[in-house]
Amino acid sequence: MSTIAEAQVAHHADDHADDHDHHHHKETFITKYIFSQDHKMISKQYLITGLIMGFIGIAMSLLFRMQLAWPGESFPIFEAVLGRWAPDGVMDADVYLALVTIHGTIMVFFVLTAGLSGTFSNLLIPLQIGARDMASGFLNMLSYWMFFLSSVIMVISLFVEAGPAAAGWTIYPPLSALPMAQPGSGMGMTLWLVSMAVFIASSLLGSLNYIVTVINLRTKGMSMTRLPLTIWAFLVTAIIGVISFPVLLSAALLLIMDRSFGTSFFLSDIFIQGEVLHYQGGSPVLFEHLFWFLGHPEVYIVILPAMGMVSEVMSVNARKPIFGYRAMIASILAIAFLSTIVWGHHMFISGMNPFLGSVFTFTTLLIAIPSAVKAFNWITTLWKGNLQLNAGMLFSIGMVSTFITGGLTGIILGDSTLDINVHDTYFVVAHFHLVMGISALYGLFAGVYHWFPKMFQGRMMNKNLSYIHFWVTAVGSYGIFFPMHFVGMAGVPRRYYENTAFPMFDELTDVQVLMTVFALITAAAQLVFAYNFVRSIFYGKRGPQNPWNATTLEWTAPQEHFHGNWAGAIPHVHRWPYDYSKTYENGEYIIEGQDFVPQTLPLQEDEEELHH
Amino acid sequence: MTVLLTITVLVLVAIAIWQMTKMFELSQLKTAQTEIANDTDNKYNGYLMFAFLIFIYGITIFSFWKYGKVLLPEAASAHGGDYDYLMLISFVIIFFVQTLTQALLHYYAYKYRGEKGKKALFFADNDRLEFIWTIIPVIVLAGLILWGLYTWTNIMDVNDEDDPLIVELYAQQFNWTARYGGEDNVLGLANVRMIDINRANVLGLDESDPNASDDVIVKELHLPVGRKVNFKFRSQDVLHSAYMPHFRAQMNCVPGMTTEFSFTPTITTEQMRLNPDVVDKVKRTNKIRAERAANGEPNSDPWEFDYVLLCNKICGKSHYNMQMKIIVETEEEYNAWMESQQTFSQTMAPAE
Repeated sequence: MSTIAEAQVAHHADDHADDHDHHHHKETFITKYIFSQDHKMISKQYLITGLIMGFIGIAMSLLFRMQLAWPGESFPIFEAVLGRWAPDGVMDADVYLALVTIHGTIMVFFVLTAGLSGTFSNLLIPLQIGARDMASGFLNMLSYWMFFLSSVIMVISLFVEAGPAAAGWTIYPPLSALPMAQPGSGMGMTLWLVSMAVFIASSLLGSLNYIVTVINLRTKGMSMTRLPLTIWAFLVTAIIGVISFPVLLSAALLLIMDRSFGTSFFLSDIFIQGEVLHYQGGSPVLFEHLFWFLGHPEVYIVILPAMGMVSEVMSVNARKPIFGYRAMIASILAIAFLSTIVWGHHMFISGMNPFLGSVFTFTTLLIAIPSAVKAFNWITTLWKGNLQLNAGMLFSIGMVSTFITGGLTGIILGDSTLDINVHDTYFVVAHFHLVMGISALYGLFAGVYHWFPKMFQGRMMNKNLSYIHFWVTAVGSYGIFFPMHFVGMAGVPRRYYENTAFPMFDELTDVQVLMTVFALITAAAQLVFAYNFVRSIFYGKRGPQNPWNATTLEWTAPQEHFHGNWAGAIPHVHRWPYDYSKTYENGEYIIEGQDFVPQTLPLQEDEEELHH
Repeated sequence: MTVLLTITVLVLVAIAIWQMTKMFELSQLKTAQTEIANDTDNKYNGYLMFAFLIFIYGITIFSFWKYGKVLLPEAASAHGGDYDYLMLISFVIIFFVQTLTQALLHYYAYKYRGEKGKKALFFADNDRLEFIWTIIPVIVLAGLILWGLYTWTNIMDVNDEDDPLIVELYAQQFNWTARYGGEDNVLGLANVRMIDINRANVLGLDESDPNASDDVIVKELHLPVGRKVNFKFRSQDVLHSAYMPHFRAQMNCVPGMTTEFSFTPTITTEQMRLNPDVVDKVKRTNKIRAERAANGEPNSDPWEFDYVLLCNKICGKSHYNMQMKIIVETEEEYNAWMESQQTFSQTMAPAE
């Protein structure tokens, strides 16, 4: 033991040169809470904005799920929330499409991209790599406020007279380009496009900052192969964001040109409402290519951070190293690379050349390989562990479960042949909700429960409420999305306001009711989370500095927040982040009576560097 | 009634949640109050993990038992059999993997639940294990990819062999129109710029094209059984998708371009109505509709099975009701029907 203490003293001593005394700056209310440049505050801003958007998005899904289960029925809640779009409490068909569209947009971009990756990249990158802040605090602040602005614009678009965008979250033209095709394609769509343009700028500022920070600001000893998997996931996510988001921006700009300045990038040969439009030579298929060039990497932008956090939370709580650390990194890289060359699997029956479809089938099914490696590695991480079933751990296990269930049906959808008959049906809806929607949300929840003490000065969330939140959500999510596969296999198309126009779907109303009841229950469980979250911010019990006995650097920083993270010198790193339950050959823990070895502790005498 | 039912369910769930909180709290009275999982928490949640595995299997079995019968009946097209077989094999693989991995995941979560003083195994790496579970998916997926691509190439090969019937499916908000090549089985040239509503040229056919004059334009799709049909798809306004689930066929309709799909119908509407699965489905559906009739609700007329063409790409307000009936019949019936139709030149109003 004495050698350890000495080593720590030694490296603290020769490091005081690094100490910049950041925490002595005087901060006003505005610089501390609003225009803050501190990554910890920005991460909380991202989280809270994302959660508020999430509640709007989920509330919308409940409205349209009620319409699906009880088509055409009058509900006072519809009239209260939707006003003149639900005359006498019966939902209008246009507003149904608007709800579906905005639900998708909000959940994918505002909750699971900004709310998830924005929150945790900001919180964890500096803290886990041992940096005092992001490379540019100012750009980071700008990134958040642009995200905030785009959220405000998106919410404002809900109050436009003709209604918000309603062409589906994929906004395929010509439907999204022509106000005469759909009322939502007027002012509502303009605001949608403006909001997304601002969002993309925000995302790019954020991503560039994350990349630069991870590459340049790692503390001494923190080599790339000593990074926690969270950081690897955030880094790679940021890279695919930088590669693919600009393409969506170009698609949005060209669509704005078509809509407002009469160009014909995506439009040709259109006869609508009794007249021929002048557009000639454009192609909607081009838009589909541009959209999905982002759109597909986007689902990995959503899921990779969740995977990284699940790996970390699972290892900490299993009291075991993550199994196959290097394979986990390799699979993140493989998934990221493949994610940029599979977008065509959304377009097998778009009129695209069938040969191109073959190529995309090939690349798409390849993604199953790194995904399978990840799933098996997670399962093996649990094997012979000493599992501490905290809420973060439960959500991590839940994430692996939904990722497998949802991912397996990807084998069907990624196969161009099998896609023919299930394309755009509820089968797809069930698939992507499980594999990227629910899984990424579980990742988000795992992260919130696990790093809540880091975010809110050591306060912890109530564990009993968190258990209830998990178990109701876990049962509910399967209850909603498992039967949904059958609806899709029966041939029911998605984005139908009601299924009553087809007698062949009559007997499926039953399933719709079941799914809606599960949706209502699951949503109610999220209120438990909201209550627990808000209450714990103010009244949560303070735990120890390192509540989960984790090895990583963020837990060496003091609980109170100040700009700069560490009061003294930045700690140095001497080992990888997964030395849990590591023993000497004689079976003794490296540190007596403690089943983990912090990254800051140098290798001991007779200790082998056993990992990777 | 349904509202009441929902409220009741929600209230019961709320009570259940409240009770569960109490249960969790009571179970911890003896131990120190902390928000970090202790042995009791690990025990309860470990058991729940095992219960959850049973729940996953349960909902799988329940769904198959309850909803297995709502799936589409046997494929009514020549390539549909291959499609269904590939689907079946894929599902067998998926359920095998699903059953196995979920079992391991939740069983381990239950089995290795934490206890104070227990030692976890430091197990960071094993090349052989990782090689095994990389190579197995590689082999299985290689098989699926090759098989899928072979089938795909066959299905998507739209050619003129075997004298196919040429049919255009024309989409607009919110209905379908079909056009046959007529005597010569050749579709006349067409473009939306030539649409003349006043003279009933709704599909924009080129009047100067001799191939167009014998084209037949209808609102109900009739197909002779056993003859290959080459479909050409057009749309006049926004994206639509021609979805014919019973034939395992779908293709988008894109303004500005013509897309194609080809299949051979193998079962007539009459034969399909006698298919036991379809007979059962019609019986179940008509029971629901009879109940509706008794309650004076709409959509209560008895239903007779028909093939149907649906729109499956969001296209606007009435997307949910954009459909056309498809009738597959014998060659003779088809010819008789075709005889009774008017050609384009007969229906066109004279030039003013």
